[in-house]
Amino acid sequence: MMNWLLRHASTSASSLGRLFRQPFASLMIVLVIAVTLAIPASLNLVVKTAQSVSSGWDSALDFSLYLRRNIAEADAANLRDLIAQRADVASVQLITASAALAEFKAQSGFGAALDQLSENPLPHTLVVRPSATSTSQSIILLQEELANLPEADAVQADTEWVQRFHAILDILRRAIVIGGSLLGVAIVVIIGNTIRLDIQNRREEIEVTKLIGASNAFVRRPFLWSGIWYGLFGGLLAVGLVYYGLYLLAPSVSRLAGLYQSGVAVTGLVAGEALLVVGIGMALGLIGSWFAAARHMRRIEPR
Amino acid sequence: MIRFEEVTKRFPGGQEALSGLSLTIDKGEMVFVTGHSGAGKSTLLRLIALIERPTSGQVIVDGQNTHRVKRRKIPAYRRQIGMVFQDHKLLYDRPVFDNVALPLVIAGMGFREAGRRVRPALEQVGLLHKEKRNPATLSAGEQQRVGIARAIVSRPKLLIADEPTGNLDPDLSLEVMRIFRRFNEVGVTVLIASHDIVLIDKLGCRRIELDGGRMAAAPVEDPELSE
Repeated sequence: MMNWLLRHASTSASSLGRLFRQPFASLMIVLVIAVTLAIPASLNLVVKTAQSVSSGWDSALDFSLYLRRNIAEADAANLRDLIAQRADVASVQLITASAALAEFKAQSGFGAALDQLSENPLPHTLVVRPSATSTSQSIILLQEELANLPEADAVQADTEWVQRFHAILDILRRAIVIGGSLLGVAIVVIIGNTIRLDIQNRREEIEVTKLIGASNAFVRRPFLWSGIWYGLFGGLLAVGLVYYGLYLLAPSVSRLAGLYQSGVAVTGLVAGEALLVVGIGMALGLIGSWFAAARHMRRIEPR
Repeated sequence: MIRFEEVTKRFPGGQEALSGLSLTIDKGEMVFVTGHSGAGKSTLLRLIALIERPTSGQVIVDGQNTHRVKRRKIPAYRRQIGMVFQDHKLLYDRPVFDNVALPLVIAGMGFREAGRRVRPALEQVGLLHKEKRNPATLSAGEQQRVGIARAIVSRPKLLIADEPTGNLDPDLSLEVMRIFRRFNEVGVTVLIASHDIVLIDKLGCRRIELDGGRMAAAPVEDPELSE
C-alpha cells in the first residue's frame, strides 16, 4: 500500500514536471479548459444572483383588492384603515374609482370614448403591501382572507410576471446544465487529444518499457496523471476567471443596486462550488486521458 | 531452460522465418545463435520474449509453455527474462541510474530497495561512476553496458541478447562478451544471437547455426574466418 502510494506520488510528480517542461503548450491547454469551465460556472452565478434578487421581490409584493361596485367611498376608506391595522400588512393605499378613471383616461388614450360612459365602470381599489416579514405562503393566506371579505370583489396579485421570471430562470438553469454537459464533453475531447499526441510522441519509450515487462496499467499511469493535472490547473484557473469577472462587474452592479435602492449583490462562488469546479475539471481530465490511453496504449506493442 | 519443439513461424506475407525448428538449451549454458541475416536468429529470440507467437509448435521457457501465457500475463512473463538489444533501447530522457532502475520500478519495488540493487548492477558493468550521466552522452560501448546492467538488475535466470555487439568495435565487443560470460559463470543461462564468429570462437561456447529457419546441417565456415 505504502509502495503503491509512493509510486503514484512519484508518477504524478514526474507528469507534473513534464507539463512544466513545455510551459507554453501546457498553458494553452489549461487556458482552453479554464474558459470552457468558466462559462457554465459564471452563467450559473448570473442565474443564482437573479434568483436571490427575485426572492426579495417575493416577500414584499403588492396586490390589488377590488371592492364591489356598490361600496361607497367612505366605506372603502374605513376598510382601508381596518386592513392597515393587521400585523401582516405594511400599508394600504386607496385608489378611488374616480381617481382610477381619471388616470385611465389620461394614460389609455381612450379619453373621448370614456366620456361617453354614463357611469364609472371602475370599482374602488385597495393596494395592499404585505409586511416585510411575510413569506409567499402567508401572502397567499392574506389574499384569501381579504378576498372573503363581504366588500371584496376580487384579488389581483401581480405575481404573474414574477412566476414568468422564475420560469425563465428555470429554463436558463436547465440550459446551463445541457450546455455545461456539452462543454464537459468538449473538455474530455480536448484532453483526450492532447494525451493522444503525448502518447504518440513517447511511443518509443512506451515500447521499451513494455519490452522490459511493463503492464498496460504501468504505462498508462503517467498519462492519466497528466490528464488530472490539466484538469486541476484548468479548474483553478476557471475559478480565478470567474472571480476576475465578478471583480469587473462589481461597479456596474452596485450602480444598478443604487438605482433600485436595493441590496442587489452578485453572489460569488462559495468554497464548495469552487471545489466542485476544480473537481469537475480533474474528473474530466481523468476521463479524457483514460479514453486516449485505453484506445492508443493497447496498440503500441514492441516490434 | 529453453526448448523449441517443431517451431514454425510464418509471417503474414507467407515468408517463413523458422521452419520446424527444435532445440534445447540447458540451465546454466551459454549459447550463441549464428547465421546469416534472415536465418531466423532474431525471430528465435522474439519468440522467447513473446514479442511474437509461433505459428505452430511449442516454445517452453523455464518449464513454462509460452503458448499458455495469456496476453495480460506477458508483462509478468517478460520480467523474468533479461533482454539486451543491438540498439540498446535506453530512455534518453533520464539518467543512467533511472534506466537501470526501470525494471525494478516496473516490478513495483520501493525506491530505497531499488537503489540498493542498481549500484551493484552498474558496478558489474563498470559504470558506477556514470550513474548520473544521461545515456546519450556515453559511448556506444558504455550504452550497451547500461543496457546489460538494466537486463540483469532484477537478477533473471535467463539473459537473451540480440546482436549485442553489432555496433561495437572488436575490443569493445570482447569486453561486452566477457561481461556476459561473467554472468553465465554465476549460473545465468545466456543466449546470444550474433554473427561475430571470430569472437564466439574466442569464448569457446556452444554454437547453434541457423540457415533458412532450420538448424544448419553442418556449421558453415565463415568466409571471413577462412581468409
